[in-house]
Amino acid sequence: MNQITPIARATTPKDWETDQEVRWCPGCGDYAILKAVQRTMPEIGATPENTVFVSGIGCSSRFPYYMETYGFHTIHGRAPAVATGVKLANPDLDVWIITGDGDALSIGGNHTFHLIRRNLDCQVLLFNNEIYGLTKGQYSPTSAVGTRSPSTPYGSVDRPAQACAFALGAGARFVARAYDVSKDLSSVLKAAHGHRGTSFVEIFQNCIVYNADVFAGFTEKANAHHQLWLNNGEPMLFGSDKSGGVKGIALDRDRLELKVVDVVGGDWQAAGVLVHDVTNRSIAHMLVEMPFGPFPMALGVLYEDPSPTFEAAVMAQNASASEGKTPDLGKLLKKGQTWQVEKDGPSL
Amino acid sequence: MATAVTEISTPESLANPPSQSVVVRFAGDSGDGMQLTGGQFTLSTALAGNDLATFPDFPAEIRAPQGTLFGVSAFQINFGSDEIDTAGDAPDVLVAMNPAALKTNVSALKLGGLIIADVGEFNERNLAKAKYDANPLEDGSLAKWQLVPINISQLTLEAVKPFGLGNKEALRCKNMWTLGLALWMFDRDRKPLVDWLNAKFAKKPELAEANIAALNAGHAYGETVEIGGQLRQSHVAPAPVSPGLYRTMTGAEAVAYGLVAGAQLAGLKMFFGGYPITPASSILHYLSGLKEYGVTTFQAEDEIAAIAAAIGASYAGSLGVTSSSGPGIALKTEAIGLAIMTELPLVIINSQRGGPSTGLPTKTEQSDLYQAVYGRNGDAPLPVIAARSPGDAFECAIEACRIATQYMTPVMLLTDGYIANAAEPWKVPDIVDYDPFPVSFLEEVPEGGFRPYARDNHLARPWVKPGTPGLMHRIGGIEKAQGTGNIDYSPANHQAMTDTRSNKVLGVNVPDQEVQLGEAGDTLAVVGWGSTFGPIHQAVRRARARGLKVAHVHVRHIWPTPANLGELLHSFGKVIVPEMNTGQFKTLLRDQFLVDARPLNKVSGQPFTIAEIEAAIAEHLA
Repeated sequence: MNQITPIARATTPKDWETDQEVRWCPGCGDYAILKAVQRTMPEIGATPENTVFVSGIGCSSRFPYYMETYGFHTIHGRAPAVATGVKLANPDLDVWIITGDGDALSIGGNHTFHLIRRNLDCQVLLFNNEIYGLTKGQYSPTSAVGTRSPSTPYGSVDRPAQACAFALGAGARFVARAYDVSKDLSSVLKAAHGHRGTSFVEIFQNCIVYNADVFAGFTEKANAHHQLWLNNGEPMLFGSDKSGGVKGIALDRDRLELKVVDVVGGDWQAAGVLVHDVTNRSIAHMLVEMPFGPFPMALGVLYEDPSPTFEAAVMAQNASASEGKTPDLGKLLKKGQTWQVEKDGPSL
Repeated sequence: MATAVTEISTPESLANPPSQSVVVRFAGDSGDGMQLTGGQFTLSTALAGNDLATFPDFPAEIRAPQGTLFGVSAFQINFGSDEIDTAGDAPDVLVAMNPAALKTNVSALKLGGLIIADVGEFNERNLAKAKYDANPLEDGSLAKWQLVPINISQLTLEAVKPFGLGNKEALRCKNMWTLGLALWMFDRDRKPLVDWLNAKFAKKPELAEANIAALNAGHAYGETVEIGGQLRQSHVAPAPVSPGLYRTMTGAEAVAYGLVAGAQLAGLKMFFGGYPITPASSILHYLSGLKEYGVTTFQAEDEIAAIAAAIGASYAGSLGVTSSSGPGIALKTEAIGLAIMTELPLVIINSQRGGPSTGLPTKTEQSDLYQAVYGRNGDAPLPVIAARSPGDAFECAIEACRIATQYMTPVMLLTDGYIANAAEPWKVPDIVDYDPFPVSFLEEVPEGGFRPYARDNHLARPWVKPGTPGLMHRIGGIEKAQGTGNIDYSPANHQAMTDTRSNKVLGVNVPDQEVQLGEAGDTLAVVGWGSTFGPIHQAVRRARARGLKVAHVHVRHIWPTPANLGELLHSFGKVIVPEMNTGQFKTLLRDQFLVDARPLNKVSGQPFTIAEIEAAIAEHLA
């Protein structure tokens, strides 16, 4: 319930911490995400009692134990389905799903797809570390080809899934990206919370034990010029003079694909740089599929265009189907053809 | 049990009807409308005041190739002036709409029984499809039965000619012609059928008229045509049943209504998560139409999502319910464990079918008892109850809701394909006769602080709805610390929590086991569960009528078992356990009570016949 919630009372980040010892590996990116979420909750006016965190299985899915809210650590891959039941039973609850690349895209891929397709009002935070951490380092569905792991000693051979492309393909109305230690993570979370419907947020998360620095190519300070932060209505610019020049994303109109262009003297318009229109689904598809390396990593709110939510449609149908009907169990049981048996036999 | 059909020749016989019952089987192509014919005949039979039981038997294919042996759809009804518990053994009358229907069903027919065959369909092509070398209507191979060949196809076409239907549409009225004949044979009123047809085809009056014409023509045929005297009108007297308001009820409908009643008695909204599967889908269908009763239905993307969403809904304060058949229950198994671990109320309905794997989707079996009682990882106990008949499924669904909410536990309700599809007359209960069991959510921090895994006198933990201030807490599938519910892997805690989960379920308040027929200490007890009730009851009744000391014990509470069950079983000289599996309940009884329970097993996809149980009784008493 991302809009109408009246701010019941002001909270501080501390109010969102539990007394449980956080058990992630020291240095894990999950700590930064937890802090960002705890910092964001007071700012969006959330109340602990109306907030529910639902998770699946994996390192990230321990998250609910550390949030002083209602929390449900479910089973592998099924958090979207459990969350659907929670929200349908009580649409007033503010539901967050915490999941990972294996949980959401492998064992739970089916549920993730249908959650997004139905557009249940909730926030999905997919912690993508491109590895199975909790089971000690097997490659995951988002691992790059050639990832060496206990189950792929010669390198993985299958092509990785693209979380945001998957979400858009499933019909997502809100797709955003950020990374664990980004100072802008909180603003992405706020935008996700502000959107009514399934808000899909991929958060690149550094697994320092099994897949350390796999995102360093854009998350390291020295590599910040490989980040393309998207802001609605603003040109798609990245890099700086210090990093070898300001660049922008333009559209190759002959091939209908994106290209990187140099921006000279700040004149991005002359270079044909696109202005980010958050409702443009076609460009969003291109942004999420830009190969990193030749292209920067697109971050921020990549796409947002609200549409009616699942639980609202279900509630509306429940209400309209019930309109003018008085529930009367006694009557229901007598529905259809009945007959009365008297002592001397039946009659119609 | 069926005996010979009594002819009505004089008004006296009507006034003083003999006690009897008749078994009629309608068999035809799956496109011939046999289930519809049977269903309507059932209704007219109920209206005539007969007790009845039905058994629909249809292929898994929606439209199997026409005329083939595997495309045969049959509907059997047993009705009589006495108490009827089964769909009957051997039919007295077989209506065969084509050669394939004759071939697959005639061997079941009672010696000397009546065959009504549609000769219009006994052409070369259909005979070949049914793998007949010669026409059985002509080669004398049916001599041990009474054969009445009628060109139903031709007579139907003529009857509906005035309505200008195409040949195909006109032939679709064959089932109504046949029904008309059957109504005449058993002296049934046509009016309810005429009303029903008018309502069904309200938007296509020409179809209504054509079908009514076919119905009347079939009835008139019986009345006027003289065919060697085999076809005679008979009248089965009304069965003596207790006074009250009655309707026909299938198990699926009874479960749906029972769940609505159960949720109401608990004071809860119901959330039903389902995924289409035969033969459980009809429960989803019924509940989807009952939104005004506070029912939200959710057709999930798969079986796992269906139960996971139901668990989520229970967590949020609704009564979560899910339903499936064996293969779907297998998929739900991990989530059932989650509901056990998080101690949330949940009702799971398994309409069992033939297995393993896809097995026999449209046939009946009781082979998921192990799955229900034992089939999960870890020590994961849950209460299991089994309905014995369509009407009993209503009571069992209420009972499942009661146990689930009072003990904060998932409960499994077992029915089967037979119960789900079969219809029986059902005395409509008065809902005020049921004791409510209102749920009280924990809404404030109790004295001494809030502990999510504190225990009440049922060993149940408190149910807290998210949205309640001050009671935020976390639950999950990881082992919980006693009281606090925090993650705890310590040895002593796991031992204590495992014991608590087990003791909670073993402590479920289950009524003492009654003896359905006979008494404790009899020479032999026939112990059943689920849909074998009918044939066991009839077989035991007959044995007792012959003076044999045989008892019928039928167990509803499979787990935990009634407290007196062990003592009761040990009181009998011998115990036999008929079940439609390879001996699952027998094993449970032996394990729990060290009783020498002997198996009587049948896994053919068909219910037991009374004769089979009688034979077993005779063998064990010999």
